[in-house]
Amino acid sequence: MATTTVASDLATLTRHSMAGLRMLLAFTLVTGLAYPLAMTAVGQVAFPWQANGSLVQADGARTTSRSDAVGSALIAQGFTGEEYFHPRPSAAGDGYDTLASAGSNLGPLNPDLVATIEERKAAVAEEEGVDPADVPADAVTASGSGLDPQISPEYAAIQVARVAKARGLSDADVEALVAEHTAGRDLGVLGEPRVNVLELNLALDAADSGAATE
Amino acid sequence: MAVAQILVLVAALAAVHAPLGAYMARTFTSPKHLRVERLWYRAVRVDPDAEQRWTTYLMSLLGFSLVSVLFLYGMLRLQAYLPLSLGFTGFDPAGAWNTAVSFTTNTNWQWYSGEAAAGHLVQMAGLAVQNFVSAAVGLAVAIALVRGFARSGTDARIGNFWSDLTRGVIRILLPLSVVAAIVLIAGGVIQNLDPHTALTTVEGATQHALGGPIASQEAIKELGTNGGGPFNANSAHPFENPTPFTNIVEIFLLLLIPFTLPRTFGIMVGDKRQGWAILGVMAGLFAVSVALATWAELAGPGAAPQAAGAAMEGKETRFGLAGSALFAAATTATSTGAVNSMHDSFTAPGGGVVLFNMLLGEVSPGGVGAGLYGMLVLAVVAVFIAGLMVGRTPEYLGKKIGRQEMTLVALYVLTVPALILVGTSIAVVVEPGLVGIQESGPHGLSEVLYAYASAANNNGSAFGGLTTGTPFYEVTQGLAMLAGRFIPIALVLALAGRLASQKSVPATVGTLPTHQPLFVGLVGAVALVVVGLTFIPVLSLGPIVESLS
Repeated sequence: MATTTVASDLATLTRHSMAGLRMLLAFTLVTGLAYPLAMTAVGQVAFPWQANGSLVQADGARTTSRSDAVGSALIAQGFTGEEYFHPRPSAAGDGYDTLASAGSNLGPLNPDLVATIEERKAAVAEEEGVDPADVPADAVTASGSGLDPQISPEYAAIQVARVAKARGLSDADVEALVAEHTAGRDLGVLGEPRVNVLELNLALDAADSGAATE
Repeated sequence: MAVAQILVLVAALAAVHAPLGAYMARTFTSPKHLRVERLWYRAVRVDPDAEQRWTTYLMSLLGFSLVSVLFLYGMLRLQAYLPLSLGFTGFDPAGAWNTAVSFTTNTNWQWYSGEAAAGHLVQMAGLAVQNFVSAAVGLAVAIALVRGFARSGTDARIGNFWSDLTRGVIRILLPLSVVAAIVLIAGGVIQNLDPHTALTTVEGATQHALGGPIASQEAIKELGTNGGGPFNANSAHPFENPTPFTNIVEIFLLLLIPFTLPRTFGIMVGDKRQGWAILGVMAGLFAVSVALATWAELAGPGAAPQAAGAAMEGKETRFGLAGSALFAAATTATSTGAVNSMHDSFTAPGGGVVLFNMLLGEVSPGGVGAGLYGMLVLAVVAVFIAGLMVGRTPEYLGKKIGRQEMTLVALYVLTVPALILVGTSIAVVVEPGLVGIQESGPHGLSEVLYAYASAANNNGSAFGGLTTGTPFYEVTQGLAMLAGRFIPIALVLALAGRLASQKSVPATVGTLPTHQPLFVGLVGAVALVVVGLTFIPVLSLGPIVESLS
């Protein structure tokens, strides 16, 4: 008796599974192919710059072509030159690796993390010539993605003097460019004010080449 | 500003609450099929009008989920031979098993990095399809339970699974996803089919430009409370969540259906006040967790946040502390598990809050469907306890809660905690479990507890420090996800069947009113007491000891 029940249950499950398989194939066609492909078409027509990764050229202009691009306005690059603003520390691969986006995942009491933060703080303070107490938190912590394209206005502010000196510009000129590339809170209340590092650095390069041709 | 941001979110959710709730109620009660649905049913050869008993409903659900696991497993294993694979190889057997179960159960636990392991076709035609249908399965179960309360004296008939599944996708999830995807693309989320190719940066380094149909997946990832990101950093990744505006859109999407379903419930049982009461419990618990998480992250206790000056480790500049805490509370209170910041690096009390959210059983407001049925089970526990106090047979919505109903409810309440505690206990005593733990001491225990809480509750977020890409974790977590999903579903459908076959009894003066603040408080207290009694010992050894040190 028990075996007949199990056998008939299995037969029922098989019958329902076959209906389930046909359902799944239909869903795969509609939600797995038609939907994403239609969205791709809409994105490519209506918002081509965003849909292709917010790419920018060396002169700061927007592009949808990867071969013309020096990067994405949304993805951090590991700037180290003293004539450039520097991004936040990155835990993505060996740093800013888009094939390995990640945070450090180190806990709030982790002694290695505390030591790393102290080292970074000392290094930033020395490089920018400021007191360690004036180094903001985003300058010494790795972001969640490791690709955070922005820094806080406070971190940008302590980098101004170094960048201005390296480029032979006045602090005021650099501050004006920083202000131009600072975004406030979205809709006035969402998120935090922030400075896009790649766009700012490209604007600095453009200002330099503009000065050279004058 | 933190408060203003939350008010924007609340206002948006409040604005759509009544219309969407009514629309979903119509979706699941209308006898009419859309023309496209009639074609659909004919093509897949199912009868959408046959009222199913709960056993048949469960068989259809299990049959569908079984082929979903197998289909996805096959796709992941054979990835190398599929188009748009970007040159990635197939998943190994343990990894494919884990991922197939993970996405079918609406968990979306991910042991792999999307950008380094999964091609575009697997993402959109494998993983994202399960994002749609696993959410629709949860929705169907919730609706079936609501029908159990609403119907009277049937022979355990609770609807038709195929019709509920189809309508959930075609009428609710897909249209909302289309709108959400377009908003996200406009906000900067990428949507293309390009491979990942190298480009040269300003300073001459090599960095890969990423491609993928991300916005379409991101929309349903949040809307379906799935959480499985196409990229490893999930919603912290600038291509998944580029601005504070997209951040609030994503939080809105993941809370949208869970917070709206109480309205649908109220309409379907013919008393909107019952929906308000359930919403009240969900919103109350959620408000507390948002407040605590925001406070913890803004205060920034702990050695590392103190050294840095703020708890910015693992957080993105554009979201900041408040935008990260809000997302974290929302993603763990629903069963989403997407992250816009790394929970492992949260302050000890902040990490404790998000862990506690999951341990509550994902009811504040919980996943799509799963949150509502979880909360209704707690409401039954609450009327039962109230009934014991006054010594009369408890009733909820005109249904007597007898021995058999309570047996099902008790088993439901015990299943997930048992999976979490047994899983955690095994992992911290056997060698293959111990080698995955990154940090020693209480934080290590928190990592393991978080992992099994996330799996068994079908959340999918992680304290990333735990290395789970090993056969031990892949297999045991797969089992926890599977049991944590389908055992509760079977119990809920059995309960729905019993309730649907009962005749409704009219309320009398002795009936406990279940739409008043007293009852809201009682259900909230039941949720807290159940989780408190179950988890205080292990929480004491993990996050609590960490917060105190």
